[in-house]
Amino acid sequence: MTKITIVAFDGTRHELAAENGSTVMENAIRNNVPGIEAECGGACACATCHVYVDEGWIDVVGEPEAMEEDMLDFAYDVRPTSRLSCQIAVSDELEGLVVSVPERQG
Amino acid sequence: MSETVETDVVIIGAGPVGLFAVFELGLFDMKCHLVDILDRPGGQCAELYPEKPIYDIPAYPEISGLDLVERLKEQIEPFDPQFHLARMVTRLEKGEDGWFEVETDAGECLRCKVVVVAAGGGSFQPKRPPIPGIEAYEGTSVFYAVRQMETFRDEDVLVVGGGDSALDWTLNLQPVARSLTLVHRRPEFRAAPDNVNKMYAMHERGVIGFQVGQVAGLKGEGGQLTAATIKTADGTMDLPCTRMLPFFGLTMKLGPVADWGLNLHENTVVVDTERFETSTPGVFAIGDINWYPGKLKLILSGFHEAALMTQAAKRIVHPDERVVFQYTTSSTKLQKKLGVR
Repeated sequence: MTKITIVAFDGTRHELAAENGSTVMENAIRNNVPGIEAECGGACACATCHVYVDEGWIDVVGEPEAMEEDMLDFAYDVRPTSRLSCQIAVSDELEGLVVSVPERQG
Repeated sequence: MSETVETDVVIIGAGPVGLFAVFELGLFDMKCHLVDILDRPGGQCAELYPEKPIYDIPAYPEISGLDLVERLKEQIEPFDPQFHLARMVTRLEKGEDGWFEVETDAGECLRCKVVVVAAGGGSFQPKRPPIPGIEAYEGTSVFYAVRQMETFRDEDVLVVGGGDSALDWTLNLQPVARSLTLVHRRPEFRAAPDNVNKMYAMHERGVIGFQVGQVAGLKGEGGQLTAATIKTADGTMDLPCTRMLPFFGLTMKLGPVADWGLNLHENTVVVDTERFETSTPGVFAIGDINWYPGKLKLILSGFHEAALMTQAAKRIVHPDERVVFQYTTSSTKLQKKLGVR
């Protein structure tokens, strides 16, 4: 299990034990983290699981691929740290990862 | 003014489950009309994931959303379903004569004995970008689709987005508008490369403006837009404009289904698990739109629901006929309906 933290828009920190191979989105949904909608169920087709990766984690998490970048066009207030949480797979490297949920999903 | 059609069954939603319902209903001699808000059949399979493989359709280890829709269209062809596409159902009511009236926003009136709601997640509607105060300008200065080009004649138009719609309308409205600026958050587009090249060529000739950034706010009064505040990498700037066209894709909203007096459970329609009938007798709900204890939002569940719904629909549409259960493998009657020789 890998420890990840999802910070809701109101500042509440959701500390989750995530299984390696699962996505950050799946963990958010399973644990009812508010603000992650995941309308399409993880197909990288809707941009409603948008999160901001904490500055210190950007290099580890990496850049979005072209398809994800395309979907981010539909998200609101996209920043250089924006990612779709359904495209971030949990692994040992992400132990301690922190992401935050934007004000709203599109 | 309105065109009236009579049929056995109206299916609201032409996604995979609505399409398969045509097959099941067809085997039992019920004619179907389908209404869908999208301009082609397929629902989410066509709109959200046409290219993405689905792995849990029985007998298909892997099939794309688009292929599944094509196969279903082929399968229901013998029953000659009638499609009413790019239409939203605005009214559903039962008349005194026991027939349902289904009205669309194009003014059609479909009269039928049974209604099947197969509307998935609801209707696809343009996404409203969460720009503070945008509602005040909708319908006067801000539009989510171009219904008439005249609305944009001699106006200062801002097109926002990076997809095909944004590019198409940038190219089409440029000759009509007084000025046109395209705003997109990055210099790359997910649109037909040819159109992207044309847009950049027009920008180079100074015919249109192109600004990398995101709209953060709107300025104006009484619904009349005067400028949009754009957040760019270097700070914020105001772009004067009188019309704005945001193209941020589509989202699913329950929409008018909520207004038809059906019992709901968290944005889904409550049904029983024998007939998949709603709280209104004669109105059925199948696929992702329905809810019952244990419901799974799977295409295959929707197919099963379509088969059981058909048994109940048959008793309403043809009350005097006995419902005979038959297999397509052995029944020559069913095979005749399918055109098997």
